[in-house]
Amino acid sequence: MIGAIRSLGRWGLGVLERLGRGHLFLLQILSGVPGLFTRFSLVIQQLYSVGVLSAFLILISGLFVGMVLSLQGYNTLVDFGAEESLGVLVSLSLVRELGPVVSGLLFAGRAGSALTAEIGLMKSTEQLSGMEMMAVDPIRRVIAPRFLAGVISMPLLAAIFSAVGILGGFLVGHGLLGVDDGAFWSQMQVKTDWYDDVINGVIKSVVFGFVVTWIALFEGYDATPTSEGVGRATTRTVVHSAFAILGLDFVLTALMFGEE
Amino acid sequence: MQNKSTEITVGMFVAAGIAALFMLAMKVSNLAEFTDETGYQVIAEFENIGGLKVRSPVTMAGVRVGRVADISLSSENYTAQVTINLYGKFDKIPTDTSASIYTAGLLGEQYISFEAGAEEEFLQNGDVIDLTQPALVLEQVIGQFLFSKAEGE
Amino acid sequence: MPLIKIRDLHFSRGNSVIFEGVNIDIYRGKITAIMGPSGTGKTTLLRLIGGQLRPDRGTIEVDGQNVHQLSRKELYELRKRMGMLFQSGALLTDLTVFDNVAFPMREHTKLPESMIRDLVLMKLQAVGLRCARDLMPSELSGGMARRVALARAVALDPMMIMYDEPFTGQDPISMGTLVNLIDRMNDAMGLTSIVVSHDVIETAEIANYIYLLSGGKVIEKGSPIQLKHSSSLWVQQFMQGLPDGPVPFHYPGDAFADDLLNPEVTT
Ligand SMILES: Nc1ncnc2c1ncn2[C@@H]1O[C@H](COP(=O)(O)OP(=O)(O)OP(=O)(O)O)[C@@H](O)[C@H]1O
Ligand SMILES: [Mg+2]
Repeated sequence: MIGAIRSLGRWGLGVLERLGRGHLFLLQILSGVPGLFTRFSLVIQQLYSVGVLSAFLILISGLFVGMVLSLQGYNTLVDFGAEESLGVLVSLSLVRELGPVVSGLLFAGRAGSALTAEIGLMKSTEQLSGMEMMAVDPIRRVIAPRFLAGVISMPLLAAIFSAVGILGGFLVGHGLLGVDDGAFWSQMQVKTDWYDDVINGVIKSVVFGFVVTWIALFEGYDATPTSEGVGRATTRTVVHSAFAILGLDFVLTALMFGEE
Repeated sequence: MQNKSTEITVGMFVAAGIAALFMLAMKVSNLAEFTDETGYQVIAEFENIGGLKVRSPVTMAGVRVGRVADISLSSENYTAQVTINLYGKFDKIPTDTSASIYTAGLLGEQYISFEAGAEEEFLQNGDVIDLTQPALVLEQVIGQFLFSKAEGE
Repeated sequence: MPLIKIRDLHFSRGNSVIFEGVNIDIYRGKITAIMGPSGTGKTTLLRLIGGQLRPDRGTIEVDGQNVHQLSRKELYELRKRMGMLFQSGALLTDLTVFDNVAFPMREHTKLPESMIRDLVLMKLQAVGLRCARDLMPSELSGGMARRVALARAVALDPMMIMYDEPFTGQDPISMGTLVNLIDRMNDAMGLTSIVVSHDVIETAEIANYIYLLSGGKVIEKGSPIQLKHSSSLWVQQFMQGLPDGPVPFHYPGDAFADDLLNPEVTT
């Protein structure tokens, strides 16, 4: 009994300690970000590996999610004779929810896990500590550019996801199901609000980008420097990112769309 | 060091992201309409506005001439004070125009429709529209219908 | 006045005590060797000097500055004047050999690219890898990687270099060259060198002074000649690489011959 309570306490202290270290780490990263604007080429390199390499996955997923939404939505709407609202259904679901959330989850799986593995491996092969001895701060030189690239990439990826999804929804809705194209777009325009829907979706995606990149980098930096440790850290990145995205999505949705 | 093709693909990626945002702004959402939202404001008092909301459309002969800018409750006579933003280019609306609240389709959203009057003078910023017709509340209509049916029998 | 002054150094990792009361002086312009059995904490000592680890007690002064009381900025300034060759090489795996050597120059100087090129080629030439400059670290052998790391460690012309096992994994020829190189660089560039190594003969050849570490203490110190003639059995065993002595290779028990000749004897 006492043993169980004790191990619970130890677990709790461990979690608290990790949280504390994670936040200190974030502070260090943020203090390194301003210096990047004079060396933006570092960020561009990371935009390539974090953003560009995820773009294809996002593009294809967005297209299919949009097409499926359109198919499913049509079947429901047509019963109410409201198939003109198909555009609204597709655009609101994508822009408000699916765009940020699904692309966030894909981003965590594609870019987040890669970041953790990369940083974890750099740590276990003493590259980070080698940099420190060369008087180069690895947080500024290695971590901060990756962080900024993640925060920039995520909203762009989410926007691409939503835009491509809407196009996919239109292709299916108009081309396959015969919804009037004028009604599709004009209803969508009337009901989709720039601030309430689009901007809020963009804010969500920025938050997700921030959190996923932070988790990924911290897990890599904090990983036990062995192959097993790096493997475990990579798994943790994906799992924790998914929880963080879904939890934050609920909170943000409640804040943004809750009071109307 | 810095690979040229890396820079190019990153540039393309950022451009694609911005293009997607632009599409969301112009084609998907109603941002395009914000640009002509300058104009003048008039006030209309309604007995009941039903489901009218801020940013609901205001039309005249089916043409959109403005939007609802603000809704408040008058503390004197408990009517709804609706501030309407009219686009600047529609500056020849007679002062005795009447405003009604209609529903687009059976269950669609509600909007204000203007019916032009015959006055020679036109609405100015801050004018009040006196002739208004409240929203039709579906429950009331059904209630009245059932009531009259019962009476007729 | 020594360049590095270590006084009463105590350090432990978790429950295992690594240093208890170590005093070391490292003099300018000299090559000082640190030797000791595997796992005594030689790498740890170098990390303590570089300020990556913090001692539990005691002080480490480098060039008159107490390493562990410097601000972050001062510590980084000091590190620019320290070169360190990691046991694993610690090359940046996403950069070519050339870019690895150029890395500290690009980070810390504003030299034009043409000059960096000349300097890098010069350093690579010295370690015999000028023509391998376009390879990636994953395409190098362990010994080659160590030599690239050496070129990188001297890229900024530091005042001192710490070599962590520079000779392991080198064939006899490049081993000879490296021994020579470390010796020459020390003289030509006015460097102060700390060499951590197990290779007694090579190290004794170039070192001016040797510290022997074991069990968290300095067991013996002196010039190579003094150590060779040391009366301590422990030192004799280590310097000559004898399999048994005060530092036992074998688990304690009966003598081997007794075991063979008297199979029935059991004690
Ligand atoms: N990160 C660490 N965490 C815990 N203990 C460590 C860590 N690194 C080293 N140690 C322990 O510290 C002791 C000294 O390690 P160190 O690497 O300094 O030995 P070394 O003298 O360099 O050995 P070698 O000659 O084999 O390189 C070892 O017993 C090791 O188990
Ligand atoms: Mg070692």
